[in-house]
Amino acid sequence: MNAATAEAIPAEPRAIVEVEDVSKVYPGGTEALNHVSLDFPEGQLTTLLGPSGCGKTTLLKIIAGLIPATGGEVRVDGKVVTGPGPERAFVFQDFALMPWANVLRNVAFGLELRGVARSEREAVAESYIGQVGLKGFEKAYPHELSGGMRQRVGLARALTVNAKVLLMDEPFSAVDEQTRRKFQEDLLELVARERKTFLFVTHSIEEAVYVSDRIVLLSRRPSRVSQIVEPDIPRGDDPEAIRRDPAYIDTVEEIWQGLKKYLDEGV
Amino acid sequence: MQTPTSSPALRAEGQASPAPARPAGTGLSSGSDSAPPVAPVALPAPNVMAQLVSHPLFLRLVSVVIVFSAWEYAGRVPISPAFPTFLETMDALSGLVADGTLFQAFWITLQPLAIGLLASVVVGVAFGVTMGLNRLAEWFGAPLFIIAQSAPLAALIPILTFAYGIGLTAKVMTVCIMAMPVIVLNSLNAVRHTPLSLLEMGRSFLGSRWQVIWKIVLPAAAPVIFAGLRLGCAAGFIGVILAELLITPTGIGDIITYNQSIAEYAKMYAAIFSIIVFSVLFIELIERLEVTLFRPEKRATR
Amino acid sequence: MVIGKIRVPLFCSLIIWAALWEVVGRSGASFIIPPLSAVFARIVEIVPTATFAEALWITGKAFLLGNAIAIAVGVPLGVIMGRSIIADRVFLPWVNLFLSAPLTALVPVIMVIFGLGETTIVMTVVLFAVWIIVLDARAGVRGISPSLVEMAQVFGANPWQAFGKIYIYAALPEILSGIRLGMIRAVKGVVIGQLLVSIIGFGRLFELYSSRFLMEHFWALLFVLFAFAFTLNEVLAWLERKVDYYAAARH
Repeated sequence: MNAATAEAIPAEPRAIVEVEDVSKVYPGGTEALNHVSLDFPEGQLTTLLGPSGCGKTTLLKIIAGLIPATGGEVRVDGKVVTGPGPERAFVFQDFALMPWANVLRNVAFGLELRGVARSEREAVAESYIGQVGLKGFEKAYPHELSGGMRQRVGLARALTVNAKVLLMDEPFSAVDEQTRRKFQEDLLELVARERKTFLFVTHSIEEAVYVSDRIVLLSRRPSRVSQIVEPDIPRGDDPEAIRRDPAYIDTVEEIWQGLKKYLDEGV
Repeated sequence: MQTPTSSPALRAEGQASPAPARPAGTGLSSGSDSAPPVAPVALPAPNVMAQLVSHPLFLRLVSVVIVFSAWEYAGRVPISPAFPTFLETMDALSGLVADGTLFQAFWITLQPLAIGLLASVVVGVAFGVTMGLNRLAEWFGAPLFIIAQSAPLAALIPILTFAYGIGLTAKVMTVCIMAMPVIVLNSLNAVRHTPLSLLEMGRSFLGSRWQVIWKIVLPAAAPVIFAGLRLGCAAGFIGVILAELLITPTGIGDIITYNQSIAEYAKMYAAIFSIIVFSVLFIELIERLEVTLFRPEKRATR
Repeated sequence: MVIGKIRVPLFCSLIIWAALWEVVGRSGASFIIPPLSAVFARIVEIVPTATFAEALWITGKAFLLGNAIAIAVGVPLGVIMGRSIIADRVFLPWVNLFLSAPLTALVPVIMVIFGLGETTIVMTVVLFAVWIIVLDARAGVRGISPSLVEMAQVFGANPWQAFGKIYIYAALPEILSGIRLGMIRAVKGVVIGQLLVSIIGFGRLFELYSSRFLMEHFWALLFVLFAFAFTLNEVLAWLERKVDYYAAARH
């Protein structure tokens, strides 16, 4: 990660994902989203942050085309979303790895479903397995890997299909704290290297402030956008420095103050 | 898995889960401290003893010896005139093996069993998977199998005899009605309980419906389907023996009933012993086959 | 199943099957399939008779007694196997063996030892029911959280107290599940036993009806048995769900 690439992104990037007036009412009457309108700028990492049980994962899955919205529409690259598409890839909270397939097949699975020839897809998969730091584990099975390594497999799988938008649903929540920190650092590097758009869901304020260019705060269910924060933290060469930066600490505090009122209401 | 067939012990083939290591065999050989000069030599003894006692194979062997000795003892008392000793039974068994009677009987018994099981497996898995994938098929078919699962279907045997006579067909049908419900219901539940995130994964990576079924749903369902096949085979064995005892005595059922009627109990017990051993080995074989053919992730850890 | 906007419960499809049966029965395609309405008329006719009551009494007695023995033997054995590794290694191979063995082959053994009477039926029920009860009780005890076991030790519970006050309750959901599955197997056991002995209880009635080709009677008896087995399963499953909150709280 370095400042140069971050500044290379134009000041007003175009919105690659547009969420317009989206509502979601689950069968049974649970109202998850209430007229949410949002833009996600291209090439940035935007985080959806909110109290647990708010509709952040629902919103992400609507953008992914996995569940239909009850009202409004989502456009990706100008096209209305009606289902999953090749320009979007998903990283799952519980990794969603196939236990019967080894790392290589799991990573290459997105390409396998697209009918890419075996040798070709495995070559692509191998290069991404190397990039996420799992070289040598190609033949291992998911149950032989730690939680952190499994999520790296999930990440590599999402990268192989070369989608413009990566949708990450609390990807680090099932991973222990040390691994999580390393992951966050690697994610920053990844964002800088791959010029992709990242949509990231988390319930951790620290994580959101650490990794995001933009943080969208969602209110309690039925969720609406309550605030958008753009942390102004210098991203230097030292990923550890961010956590000591006063701007980082202030932003965490600011968001916490903003979210606290929902907790109080909840109690 | 909330199925009528599920059981905490049977769930996810957890039957053979290794026991957590715990110290065992304490205080079995504490006499060594009475002889100080040899103490250094004798010191490892408790350790070896403890290792031996806690070794799974050793205890399994001990358990086999205990049960067979108890059988032998009970036969010698004797607890009943109709209870031969273990050795008499083994002697009768070797006699049946030597004169070829046993192989002939197995050949006859295995015919309805093999045909019935094959039919049940093919039809049962097809039915179950279809119902798992299609709500209408489930709505239409599942209640019949749910009732069949809990019902004592053995009582249908007289009706099967009316319908198909006393030949091979009635016996094949008996095997089918015993084996099929559990295979169908396990397949149905296995397919229905595919992890949601794997399904979403398949869709988000643009898998077609058939790709998702073939590459995700069926592999994910395989362990539970196979558990159903094992239960189905066990039920099939129950069915074929019942058919041979109830419809017309043939094969193993013939050896059992004939020797029962002439009070040759050792031979009768030997036949029963052989079919039970055979069925257990057969079901073990299916499990091995499953791991070798369909479960690379299990093979990897062996 | 949803047709239009109306949810049609699963078991409603049985009505269609019943109608189909009635049509086939009335067409006279085969004497073994009498019209369903005639079968139900027979149920009403048979159930109040003394013969039926006697068969039910004998069967019910054997069923309950057999289950009681299976539970009394199976649960303690399972708990011991769950707690003692030696007992586990000694008994588990046999329990697993008999769980999947063709137990029908052992019924003739019971017949030659105990004769052709009610004892044989009771023993058959025990033989069918006991193994799954042992295995589930064992699984339940093994599933007890270690901290609960340590709690018992810390508060100085002796083995009997630990057994009677902690392990049994902590393993209750699995034990109940084992008893339910044991009872399902017991229903099959009691019927198989009576079919083979065929001179007492429902076995005698089955023999009587089939030898005289009384298909309506035969089906009527079958339906009563199937209905009983199904109801039993559902009631026990319902009971099991009642203790589910308890299983959830345990982990």
